[in-house]
Parts: sequence; structure tokens; C-alpha cells
Amino acid sequence: MLQRFRENKSMQGTFLALPTTLWLFVLLIIPLFLTLVVSFGQRSPDGDVIFSFGLHNYIRLFGYSTDCPGGQTSCFDPLYVNILWRSLTLAFNTTVCVILLAYPLAYFIARAHPKRRNMFLFMVLIPLWTNFVIRVYAWMMLLRKEGAINIVLGWFANLLGLDFTPLEMLYTPGAVLVGMVYEFLPFMILPIYTSLEKIDNSLYEAAADLGANAFKTLLRVTLPLSMPGVVAGTILVFIPVMGTFIVSDILGGRQVILVGNLIQRQFLDARDPTFGSAASLILMVMTLIVTYFYTRKFGFGEEIVAA
Amino acid sequence: MNPFKRSPLVIAATTLVYFFLYAPIVILVLYSFNASRANVKFEGFITSFSDRVQMDGSFVEASPCGPFHWYCDLSKNKDVIEAAGNTLTIAFTATIVATVIGTMAALALQRYDFKIKPFSQLSLYIPIVIPEIVMGIGILTLFSQSFGWLNQALNLTGDSRLALGIGTVTVSHIAFMVPFVTLVVQARLQGFDKSYEEAAMDLGANEWTTFWRITFPMILPGVLSGALLAFTLSLDDFVITFFTNGPGSTTLPIYVYGLLRRIITPQVNALSTVWIAIVFIAVLLLQWLQSRETKPSH
Repeated sequence: MLQRFRENKSMQGTFLALPTTLWLFVLLIIPLFLTLVVSFGQRSPDGDVIFSFGLHNYIRLFGYSTDCPGGQTSCFDPLYVNILWRSLTLAFNTTVCVILLAYPLAYFIARAHPKRRNMFLFMVLIPLWTNFVIRVYAWMMLLRKEGAINIVLGWFANLLGLDFTPLEMLYTPGAVLVGMVYEFLPFMILPIYTSLEKIDNSLYEAAADLGANAFKTLLRVTLPLSMPGVVAGTILVFIPVMGTFIVSDILGGRQVILVGNLIQRQFLDARDPTFGSAASLILMVMTLIVTYFYTRKFGFGEEIVAA
Repeated sequence: MNPFKRSPLVIAATTLVYFFLYAPIVILVLYSFNASRANVKFEGFITSFSDRVQMDGSFVEASPCGPFHWYCDLSKNKDVIEAAGNTLTIAFTATIVATVIGTMAALALQRYDFKIKPFSQLSLYIPIVIPEIVMGIGILTLFSQSFGWLNQALNLTGDSRLALGIGTVTVSHIAFMVPFVTLVVQARLQGFDKSYEEAAMDLGANEWTTFWRITFPMILPGVLSGALLAFTLSLDDFVITFFTNGPGSTTLPIYVYGLLRRIITPQVNALSTVWIAIVFIAVLLLQWLQSRETKPSH
């Protein structure tokens, strides 16, 4: 038996991969399948799942409502469609802002003296290592009416002799956007840096020799060669932003409800796991569709691992 | 052409982004010395050893800790200490398991051919392409349904009942950490020169000896960075923990989130500052270790 195992490479491979594969199967794949099954089910009066088959949760999610004005039996209620659309646009806006902020910084680090590169990279990572929830909370202290930004703005206004009424920034869609950009910025910087760092310096020299100015070099050499990093970063930012509920919960108050908040509330407040499961399945399908079309165009960069 | 030449525009943008990254951190630390009890307003630094009447007439009593009043409060907070203990227990246990089985899987995927290989490789990408909340509620559903059935089938009651707790959190953390460990170690194995192993075998070492004397030391940096990544993922995780924790398994992120819904005192800032300081020291230590490790080869 032991002898056979020693000689059989396939058996050894299976043995080595088995714990991980089983773990992922039980805790990631079975739960996904279970979510699918539950999403067709019905909620029992005390918040349990009655396993049955029906599309009612999906129909409700896409706007079918029986709670209508004027005695109609059914009507279109855009509530959940709006939430889905809001999440999608927010994730898109966040990704664009993050790319715009991350690119110059990643470029700076990649072109820095090799001795100092690690230090600059660690400076990006340190905020990331202070806890996610704590970082969101810090933005609360910056954005609120009596917060740091308003204090500083007040000083400036005072210096210039202007009247100043504190800005209402907390609990707005803008606050949620800022929080999301802040949370996920490092996930864009790292892969872009990785792909920029790979660019051979001789390519820049060649571009300069051929008479390209700085702008043309950026457009024709740097940007195209760093695309794998941008793609990897987009995946690492877009997907979590679509599902995050803490940022909108804390910085958006009850004003900005995203799919993440919807799912969380269905599970914990409304106690309807079947509707929550349907919403999370739609969320998953939405992210998979976007990632599929995006990566089909640009390829799935190995920069994800490098980051 | 100087390869390190940079345009002032890039430098300006970089400075701004670093400022953006650090502004909240600075505010956190600053507010941990706030004299105000409510932490909504900054009312100046705590002055040591004296009572202070605040603008609204309330009192901040004299603190034996001087400006470190909130840090003293924190050290007496049993909930925080328990949560910190839970966080570390979960992170350590999960990191060890994830690193061991993740490294094994990386070796298998890189070196061997076997039937379930495509499936094993594909499953590693799930945590990257699927939002965490989807996994969180999926795992919650799995636990709540299967625990319900098992408790009934095995007639478990009272304390012996299966329930959400440190165990479920740890097991779930391992699930989302393993893929990161495996992918990092796999990347390290890809650049591996097999001739070292062949040389060892030629010199009469068996497979076991070759692995421990040659292969393992060479992939160790990859294993360690995979473990470090896993550890930080576990410390930072909110979503999966949120859905899989039960009474008695509150972690620090969950505790802080709970506080945000009630009154927040600068204790939270003191907690965050301690956290940042620990991370900062750990990073410096790691840098120092790495510089020692690479020096002889120069």
C-alpha cells in the first residue's frame, strides 16, 4: 500500500491537494449551491426557510409588487432595481476614481530609486493594515459637521474673513464614494506598480531616441504595457465594492442603500433569508458578467497574485 | 537620460494621494487624546492630573494616566481584551492550518498531475471573483441549516449543541485564506530551478530529505509571505466574521462596529492607535529581517 503510494504520482498529488480542495468545496461551493436552492424557497413566519421551488423572490427583486396604490393587484416597484443600479454605478465610479489616484502614485514608486521603493510600498500598505472598520470610522470623524475637514475649512474662512457655515458631508452619496475610494485604493496601486515595474528602462530610452516627448511616451509605451495591472486592480476593486455594506452603512447612514445593505438586512433585520439569497445571487451574477466581459477584452492578469 | 527623473506633476499627485491615505490615520491618533467624552468634537488635548469642565458643563474627571486617559480606560475594558484575544486566537489557528494545507496544494498543483487538478485550481479563484458577502451568507446558511438538522438528529441540547462561535469563524476564515496562500506559493514555485533538487537526488538524498533540505528552504519566503498575507486578511476580516460569529466569539472589528451604533468615546481611537502602533512595529521588524536576509547575497 505504502509502496504503491510512493510510486503513484497521481495519488500523491491528490493526497496533497485534497485538504484544500475539500475545504473549499464544503465552505465555498456547497454554500453557493445552498444559496441558489434557498433563493427559490419561501420564508416561514418565524424566519426559517421552507424549501420549495418558486421564482417569487426574483420577480419581487425585479420590481413586481402586490402592495400597490389605487386598488391595483400588481404594479412595478423600482425599489430593488434602483438599489442594484446604484451599486453598479457606485462600483463603476469608485473604480474610475481609484485608477486616477492610483496610477500616478504607482508610477512614482516604480520610477523611484530601487532602495526606496520598498519604503514607499510599505507606506501604501500601513493604512491598509489598520482595520477596515476603523478606517471607515476615521472618515466619520473627518466628514461630520463638527469634524476635522469643517474645522480646517473654518480656519481658512476665518483667515480670509469670510462667513462659514459647516458643510453637511456625512450621510451623503459623496461620503460613501470617498470611503469606498479610500478603502480600495491600495488594491489598485499594488498591481499597477507590479506591471509598471516590469517595464524595461530601455523602452523609455528607445522612445526618447525616436523623438517621443513625455506625453507620447506615456500614451504609447507606459499605458499599454501597464494595462494588465489596471485590469487586475479593477477586478480587485470592482468586485468588493459591489458587495461591501459597512462603508454605506456607516458613511451613508440610511440614505445610501446598496445591494450589500439589502442582503445584510434581509438576513438580520427582515429575517427573510430566501429573499436575501436571491439578492446575493443576482449580485454574484452581476459581478461575474462584468468581470467576464472585462477580462475577455483585456485578459485575466497574473498581477492579481503578485499583488 | 536619468531613469529616476520625475515630472513635478507626478510628484504633486503622489504627495496628494499619500496625504489622502494618511489624513484619517492622523486624525484617529489625534482624537485618542481628545478631552471630549463623546468624540464628536475635538475639545483640546486631555491635560494631566486636573479636572476639566467642558463647554457643555460636564466634567472630565482627573485622570491618573494624564493624557493617556483613554488608553487607561481601554486597558480596563474587559470586552476589548476578550475581543482582542478572540481575534488573535482565530488568526493564529487559521493561519497555521491555511498555510500548511495551502502549501501542500500549491506543491500538488505545480508538480503533479491528478484527476481533480482542474477543479482544485479553479476553486482557488472563487474568493477573488465572488463578493465576500455572498460567501458570508452562504456559509451562514450552511451552518444554520446543517446545525439545525444535526442537533435534532443527534439529540444535542444545551451546551453540547452545535452553534456559531470561534470554531465556525476559524473554519470559515481558513476557507477564504487558503486560496491566497496557495496562489502566492505557486507563484514562488514557478520560478523554481529544479536542478537543485535533481542534484540532491543524484547525491543520494531521498524525496523526503530533498524536500526538507532543498525545496522547503527555497520556497520558505513564499510560504512566509503567504502566511503573513493570510494572517492580515484574518485580522482585517469583517464580513465573513460578521455572519459566522456567535455569542463569545466577538472579534475586534465586530466589537468596533457594534460601538459605532452606540456612543463612541475616544477609547475606540486609543484602540486604533494601539493597533496601528503594533502594525507599524511589526512592519519595521519585518523590513529589518528582510534586509538582514538579503545582505549576504549582495
